Amino acid sequence: MSQEQPRQELPSTATLAVGDQLPTREHVATNVSLFLYNAAVWNPHRIHYDEPYTTQVEGHAGVVIDGPLQGDWITQVVLNWLGAAGELKEFSYSNRQAAHLGDTLRSTGKITAIDPTTRTVELDVWISNEAGEAITPGTAVVVLNS
Amino acid sequence: MALLTEEMLGWIGRSEPPITVTVARRDIQKYSTATEQQLDRYLSGDEAPPMFVFNFFSEIPLMSQLRPDGLARGSVPGPKLPLKRRMAGGTRIEMHRPIRAGDTLTATRTLVDLYEKEGRTGPLIFTEYVTRIVDDEGQPVLDEHLTGIAR
Repeated sequence: MSQEQPRQELPSTATLAVGDQLPTREHVATNVSLFLYNAAVWNPHRIHYDEPYTTQVEGHAGVVIDGPLQGDWITQVVLNWLGAAGELKEFSYSNRQAAHLGDTLRSTGKITAIDPTTRTVELDVWISNEAGEAITPGTAVVVLNS
Repeated sequence: MALLTEEMLGWIGRSEPPITVTVARRDIQKYSTATEQQLDRYLSGDEAPPMFVFNFFSEIPLMSQLRPDGLARGSVPGPKLPLKRRMAGGTRIEMHRPIRAGDTLTATRTLVDLYEKEGRTGPLIFTEYVTRIVDDEGQPVLDEHLTGIAR
């Protein structure tokens, strides 16, 4: 389902630079993973598990990968990179384009600003589809320990 | 196009009754497994991933209250919208402190904006809710700004 990327040294304002890219992770949702996610968040909307209904009644191209699940992957890009080196303070994402069961998605991010005095790092984070389109763009703000 | 009436727009600013929930370790573990978390603090259920709060503070409707699409009638507070197909639009979250297993949290959801736009496939109605989550001492834990789309 996912590829774990080895993390390098702990992020700190001394070693980071604007433009640094975070590790990329691949996400391939399956019927099973979507079922478990929607059960965990108690979401009974049929567009996440009933393909004939989803395509014929709601007019989607296929079973829809939840927008908030992609939002979670956005947070994981940052949290897995950050580890115990700081705290995620704020993040946002916007579901601009739908993704469907069978799509291979990728999550990654890059540093857009560093304030050494407050140890605050701002990032752009996004989910892209196989065509390389950023279907779920987002942002994050972290405060580092050092 | 003016799908939204004055009556509907009058719902802006209204809050639902607060909901109080104690966070169970097992709920965090299920969420963390389903979302393929990689950090032990989430997989163990010690701490909840930030997006764990999505839909966590919603009432659980009875089966008889579910529409044919699976969603509950009236599960979204606010006016009855003229567009019925709902999708997630996006989220902004401010985290004041981590959520841990055993925390008793109270969430209050407020409809803060309601507006319409013409989309590629027709009219869209956007709903924006803010959910403020506080702990049992009233201290802020997390603020969620959630955008929903009806089409």
